[in-house]
Amino acid sequence: MQYLEGRKYVVQAIFLAVALVFATRLFYIQVLDGSYKLAADRNTLQRIVQSPYRGLIYDRKGQILVQNTPVYDLMVVPREVKQLDTLRFSQLLQLPLEEVREGLQQARKFSRVKASPLVQNLSTQELAAIQDNLIDFPGFSVKARMARSYNTHTMAHALGYVGSITPKLLERPQYSKYQPGEFLGITGLESFYEKQLMGRRGVQYRMVNVRGIEKGAFRDGEYDTLSVAGQDLHLSLDSELQGYTEKLMAGKRGSVVAIDPKTGEILAFVSAPMFDPEMLSGKGMGNRYMELLNNPEQPLFNRPLMATYPPGSTFKLVNELVALQAGVVSPNTPFPCNFKLVRCTHRHEYPSNVGIAIKQSCNPYFYQVMRATVLRGRSSNRFEDARLGLGEWRRKVMQFGLGEKLGVDMGQEKKGLIPSPEFYDKRNGYHRWTFRTVYSLSIGQGEIGITGLQMANVMATIANRGWYYTPHFVRGIGSGGPLPEYQVKHTVGVDARHFEAIIPGMVSVVDGNGGTGNNASLADVGISVAGKTGTVQNPHGDDHATFAAFAPAQDPKIAIVVFIENAGFGGSSAAPLAALVMEKYLRGQVAPWRHRWEEWLPGPADRFIKRRKY
Amino acid sequence: MNSLPARYNRSIDWVTVLLYLLMVGVGWLNVYAASYSPDAPSNPFGSLNFGQLMDFNWFKQIVWIGTALVLIVVLLVIDPKAYDTFAYGLYGLMILLLIVTPFIARPIAGSRSWLELGPVRVQPAEFAKFITALAVSRYLAGINLRQQSFRDQLVLVGLTLLPPVLIIAANETGQALVFAAFLLAYFREGMSPIILLILAAGAVILILALLVPKVWLVVGFTVLLAVVLAANWRSLRHHLPLSAGVWAVVIGMVFGVDFFFNNVLQDHQRKRIEILINPSADPLGVGWNVTQSKIAIGSGGLAGKGFLQGTQTKFDFVPEQSTDFIFCTVGEEWGWAGTMTTIVLFMALLGRVVFVAERQKSVFGRTYGYCVASIIFFHFCINIGMTIGLAPVVGIPLPFFSYGGSSLWSFTTLLFILLAIDAARKQDLERY
Repeated sequence: MQYLEGRKYVVQAIFLAVALVFATRLFYIQVLDGSYKLAADRNTLQRIVQSPYRGLIYDRKGQILVQNTPVYDLMVVPREVKQLDTLRFSQLLQLPLEEVREGLQQARKFSRVKASPLVQNLSTQELAAIQDNLIDFPGFSVKARMARSYNTHTMAHALGYVGSITPKLLERPQYSKYQPGEFLGITGLESFYEKQLMGRRGVQYRMVNVRGIEKGAFRDGEYDTLSVAGQDLHLSLDSELQGYTEKLMAGKRGSVVAIDPKTGEILAFVSAPMFDPEMLSGKGMGNRYMELLNNPEQPLFNRPLMATYPPGSTFKLVNELVALQAGVVSPNTPFPCNFKLVRCTHRHEYPSNVGIAIKQSCNPYFYQVMRATVLRGRSSNRFEDARLGLGEWRRKVMQFGLGEKLGVDMGQEKKGLIPSPEFYDKRNGYHRWTFRTVYSLSIGQGEIGITGLQMANVMATIANRGWYYTPHFVRGIGSGGPLPEYQVKHTVGVDARHFEAIIPGMVSVVDGNGGTGNNASLADVGISVAGKTGTVQNPHGDDHATFAAFAPAQDPKIAIVVFIENAGFGGSSAAPLAALVMEKYLRGQVAPWRHRWEEWLPGPADRFIKRRKY
Repeated sequence: MNSLPARYNRSIDWVTVLLYLLMVGVGWLNVYAASYSPDAPSNPFGSLNFGQLMDFNWFKQIVWIGTALVLIVVLLVIDPKAYDTFAYGLYGLMILLLIVTPFIARPIAGSRSWLELGPVRVQPAEFAKFITALAVSRYLAGINLRQQSFRDQLVLVGLTLLPPVLIIAANETGQALVFAAFLLAYFREGMSPIILLILAAGAVILILALLVPKVWLVVGFTVLLAVVLAANWRSLRHHLPLSAGVWAVVIGMVFGVDFFFNNVLQDHQRKRIEILINPSADPLGVGWNVTQSKIAIGSGGLAGKGFLQGTQTKFDFVPEQSTDFIFCTVGEEWGWAGTMTTIVLFMALLGRVVFVAERQKSVFGRTYGYCVASIIFFHFCINIGMTIGLAPVVGIPLPFFSYGGSSLWSFTTLLFILLAIDAARKQDLERY
């Protein structure tokens, strides 16, 4: 039997072989292969992102416009809900029973162990009403978060609104850091300055168990970072002026843009019809948004930036400036008011110089001015001559910031349209059109499209005699100034003397005897206003009224464009409205005898047309 | 008869006792870590009464360890002759118990194998191991394995297979597989090594059949056999029928695997083997246990995350973490250093048990010793193997480490009967 004793070595060898295999395998997965450590972290580490305190928004005078207030979400963890008396609970929340049941169902579907919101955006008062009773309902808790609240009922279009991020936005690379459900600026300044307002997120690493339940900080918070509050925005908008302008625009469709020409700062920005910014915040925001969206008056449409209209007679000024710079006319060039070329607005004195032409808004005069600019015999072929001439004219006009985005600090801006030769080539055929085809452009009608903001910028440029700063809403970010692109002076390629040549005409539009814009005169309070009326032909209905101006004429502090849809002649509605706004801004008050305008102007636009007919 | 201390003081194998205490102690630390919850009171003894403490696995394990120590004293007090004398009687009782258990037990976790004795639950299958070990040792002591008759062999096979068959009937496949360990003990006692080799070759073929396309296996084996025959044509040409027989058996096995796999194995058993072959299949379903277990062990690194610092085990990613998957806690909190220590402890114990077995003068004592080593080794192999993805998930505990009274008592009994027999070996000498 002794020889069998050797088998103990075989048995022990088997033991050792297995031990060796285990040791090797363990060395591999524990020491060599790092992927298991990563997998373990993926299992247990949860990044909790702390949304920072969103930056506040102040107006021109330092009055706070937009701030953060705590709102409360009633959260529910379905697993912890015990014997819920739904009837009592729904009475407490003052919600229909079905809604409570449905909410609970949704929460259960999301997760039985994670908290999900049952009722969102409860105000402090609403919370106070239910908080004491919540103790009777296990599984329900209250989570505070910051929401936007508004200290103003105006400038909704400029401010924009804040909402939770959509799944579509989440896929874009610039929003990669956002969490589902996180709030961000959706439109307006809230959206354009999202990066500055947002601040920096704080990150906390928490450990969670297999069911996602929190189990404390990771390494005592060694890797956690604190959030940094967003920067405040200081707007150039003057909330008093804005509110005043919105009141005057009540009941109409249209836009008003007022700019400080010396800085490009936007002083008032009205898109009518308006709505209260509070509507797009807080409880029931979704329903109110749908109401606004489905409103046939389209209150969400940001008209000063997005509505492009033919500018009408106000565009004659640009035409004249381009012609003067090209040297094809002089301020004293006379052109007959020839009705054969184009119908004029009314019978008036002979336009022996540009001043009279502007004052009377003489259509044939500016027809001939533009014809002189375009048709210069660059080619013996009259089609080619018109082509070359229009191309040259367009390049000059676009120098004024027309036909392309100005670059205002708001995202929804439209380019407008200054039609190119190619545009007509495509529409009419190559060499199938002449100046007669495009002459409407000379009086700001036809294919041309300009936004209210662009027209206001043209006014600021004329007020400055040849230069402008890109219009912008924000004059200060945090403790600094505006963005660098708003500190660059742009010139439009027209000499200052040519501006001086047309401004007297613009003054006489307002203050001259029989000027089309007499309703805008502020001469009675010692302010000379330079302006230009416009009536935009509208194939779909009544003409649109427009008035563009700046004041004081010699040292302009405000440039303004008023655009009222379907209000007919610009001199009767747009001009007085502009005057009120300018006076309010320049003097801080309106002369008592003009209060009748304040009472008369608000309301639907069609009244202005009836008045003209009588 | 000498008093107990005098009887055992010199003769008891203190090395084994020390290793046992070490393993139970280390095991308890890990059970504590596995059932530790950061939310629980820091000093539970001050604030909780006994009943509340019994809600914690770590506290219950203290109770089990305490009772195991009492059990050890009882085992040492009994005259070691009794284990030999009553081996068959115990075996008969155990078979009866195994037969009736499925009828009187309440189903727990899919099997009717737990008996409830008041507050304590025991699994008769756990105790079947040492009782069968005693019975087969007794039987082997009475025959000569080298020159045994066919009838003796049949009886031995019957003695070994009866308990696992009954245990499988109670749906505890894992516990039944342990009885395969007896082969190692039989090998030491003279069983032909060819049987071991054939079984090993069979296992290799079965595993290959699951991993490699069957055509390759058939062609490969045929070519191999042909080469061997050609090289040794002179000596092997008379064994052509045998070669043909071997070839037929192997090919039969290759194709039989599928039948066995699909028709014999139960659904959950089949999945466990599939997971072993392809661990990334279904990581959230059946593969969950193995994947999470490997993550827990693998994330431990060289030195581990530290006592009570394990995240995967603590936060319930690893299921059954204080019982069958206790090795995950070792691996995660103590790293490679900890797992190596555990393996070294087991190797030391197994080596010591073999040493103790070899110094027995009686076939009974030696065979029993080898049974002890083989059973512990089998548990060690399968349990650690499954946690690191080298063996299918079979629900058997890691001896001395895993939480559980039944398991701890059964391994304690298994080991200390050997020590009792060992301690009495000098008395045997004195007597003869």
